[in-house]
Amino acid sequence: MSAQPHSVTHHAEAPKSFIRRYVFSTDHKVIGIQYLLLALAAVTIGMVLSWLFRAHLAWPHLIIPGFGGLMRPEQYLALVTMHGTIMVFFVLTVAPQSGFGNYFLPIQIGADDMAFPTLNMLSFWITLVAFLVLVAAFFTPGGAPINGWTSYPTLSAVGSVSGPGQGMGETLWVVSIALFCLASLLTALNFISTTIEMRAPGMSLMRMPLTVWGWFVTAVLGLLAFGVLLAAGILLLLDRLAMTSFFVPAGLVFNDTQPPLMHAGGSPLLWEHLFWFFGHPEVYIAILPAMGITSHILSNFSRKPIFGYKAMAYSLCAIGFLSFTVWGHHMFVSGMSPYSALAFSFLTLIIGVPSAIKTFNWLGTLWGGKIQFTTPMLFAIGFVSLFVTGGLSGLFLAQPAIDLPLHDTYFVIAHFHIVMAVAAIFGIFGGLYYWFPKMFGRRMNETLGKTHFWLTFIGAYLIFMPMHWMGIMGALRRYASPGGLGFVARMDPIDIFITVAAFVTGAAQLLFYFNFFWSIRHGEKVEENPWHATTLEWSVPSPPPHGNFVAAPHVYRGPYEYSVPGYTEDYLPQHLTPEQVAQSAEAGT
Amino acid sequence: MARHSIVEEAAVPVAAGGAGIGAGGFDSGGGGRGPDGPRGAVPQRTYMTGLTMGMAAILMFFMALVSAFIVRQGLSSDWRAFPLPPILWVNTAILLASSFTIEASRRKLAHGDRQGFRHWWFTTTALGLLFVAGQLVAWRQLVHAGVYLASNPSSSFFYVLTAAHGIHLVGGIVALIAIAYWNWDHARVARSTATQMAAVYWHFLDGLWIFLFLLLKLGQ
Repeated sequence: MSAQPHSVTHHAEAPKSFIRRYVFSTDHKVIGIQYLLLALAAVTIGMVLSWLFRAHLAWPHLIIPGFGGLMRPEQYLALVTMHGTIMVFFVLTVAPQSGFGNYFLPIQIGADDMAFPTLNMLSFWITLVAFLVLVAAFFTPGGAPINGWTSYPTLSAVGSVSGPGQGMGETLWVVSIALFCLASLLTALNFISTTIEMRAPGMSLMRMPLTVWGWFVTAVLGLLAFGVLLAAGILLLLDRLAMTSFFVPAGLVFNDTQPPLMHAGGSPLLWEHLFWFFGHPEVYIAILPAMGITSHILSNFSRKPIFGYKAMAYSLCAIGFLSFTVWGHHMFVSGMSPYSALAFSFLTLIIGVPSAIKTFNWLGTLWGGKIQFTTPMLFAIGFVSLFVTGGLSGLFLAQPAIDLPLHDTYFVIAHFHIVMAVAAIFGIFGGLYYWFPKMFGRRMNETLGKTHFWLTFIGAYLIFMPMHWMGIMGALRRYASPGGLGFVARMDPIDIFITVAAFVTGAAQLLFYFNFFWSIRHGEKVEENPWHATTLEWSVPSPPPHGNFVAAPHVYRGPYEYSVPGYTEDYLPQHLTPEQVAQSAEAGT
Repeated sequence: MARHSIVEEAAVPVAAGGAGIGAGGFDSGGGGRGPDGPRGAVPQRTYMTGLTMGMAAILMFFMALVSAFIVRQGLSSDWRAFPLPPILWVNTAILLASSFTIEASRRKLAHGDRQGFRHWWFTTTALGLLFVAGQLVAWRQLVHAGVYLASNPSSSFFYVLTAAHGIHLVGGIVALIAIAYWNWDHARVARSTATQMAAVYWHFLDGLWIFLFLLLKLGQ
């Protein structure tokens, strides 16, 4: 047969029109940058929201413009809810996985695009619509929802009777998250198919960069987790709009003037189980790509092979698997059986094992290396620091007896912000500084980058370490004005300190914004492999052309062949043929 | 319909990836295009992998609903069983039959019988539409009996599960129609791959319905 009908090359040449090339593009690199820009917009909004509620916590009598006087409790809760939702979904899920994964997964495995480019484009646009729907919640009559990013019923399931923002605002929240789930499922499907089927000859699983392992395992988690949240979201929507009783129990009275609600028999716990069955893997969806990026960068700038490559790959898989078995540790205070709690606690503590394997292997990679303290390297080392700090407080919270008193305090806020949020953000920053030369053909300014790192690194600890002490002292989270309690009032100076630290750290991000946008046009031009790295993305021009590779790549060795004895250079790229290596070695001797 | 011969196409079902196809296993690398393969071509089995992943996601979605069904029923005392409309038996038989007709269609395609392929393909499509219509009739009968979405958790789950399954099946019907009328001359996916994917998806929804029907019948 003529293979003609099916051998159409969809990347024969780049589309000419602006719309097809930069807006409705199917090129994975354009889509990756679109995701990154979306995450940048989202993180900016999320950060400003956090400034607003931090200002209120530090100075409760401060009148902030736009709030119609003093900030009311429901306005505070709306800010917290939207901050959490935007950050978790549209920053921590979008940037490391959809952003970097889209741009670099195909190049790193030697493919010229994702397996399903049109589906890929669709995923992005659904995600963007989801984001717009979420932000629209601010502009509804009752304002944004107020029940936190976990959207627990009954508050979330009964409509505006439970508070302003719980009407149309919460409905938009649910619709937005459902759309986000759909887009994430399509992305996950695409990532998995691409990794399994599109690898270049020679690119065996055990030759894949650890970044690819991170994106691959994350995609598997996404594929299995987002469908569950989608199902839960649909049930919640029906409770809200169709008066079903999946999550709403009987006899609820929300204020004295209202009759009891018509719902009966539903279980708020059911939502908690469904939500956290998604929610815990979601934590790893945020962090696993950052682990891959960190491994990649540490090896590159230690000029050493990654320590224990296979252990790193297997521990990613182990963490991914275990993430589906521990959701109950978010629910120790829900009144669950102590036996269940014990099982969830035990499984949670087991995650410490693969996590420790990763940490020690990162340290082993650094040990004895010719370390180059570039900006991406600093962020990667910062990631390890934050991961250890946040992970250790996780070992406390994994035990029900300790979690019960700490659960509703700032200790939990401190824990998950350090280990999930800030650590993942450091992975994102590391990736941005590292791959910027590949994406734009120019380098970001190193002095600004290092200043940005130190201000952010120290700032993050100044913000979140004191929250641990506050939590242990009993400071309650979710309260807009906890000052009425004497023992909490004594912590006011700490609150002010944290808020000031948050403002300074936030302001330090201006260095990053400036560096990023300025460097796109004015950064120092670099050749295709400025970091002297080994993986396939560094074998193509910067930025890579449409279709990525000029000649079809072939892979001959593992991804982290640094400082190979007997070879002239201290890096041995994956795509060099044995003949080229031999010639180079002969020339060197 | 496509102008090139079905016989030719069916004879070499997975040719698009050129030298790379089948050259590499899951663990050996090179699952994709070989060094001499055409640029940009996606191996045909990629589509099947994508479909498999899609079905895994759909399965998780339904398993979440099913676990909610079991938990909601077990946790409360307000669960009231209601008699399922008998037409569901007919619908089930129709859907089961459609799995056989879609296989008949694929066999005809493999033997190069274009007319036979179209005949059984459209029969399958018609049976699918009949199933959806039957499900709607079942809904109407329940409404007439006073069983609404919010009447009871049992009825809520009935409507949710049948609607979710129905939406996925309508997607399958759209795929069947699209495959019948697609212009395969410039398609990236081979017709044989597309028909195979449609059949696998169809059987999947068939099996899923049997499971859901048993759950709704016996689980109440």
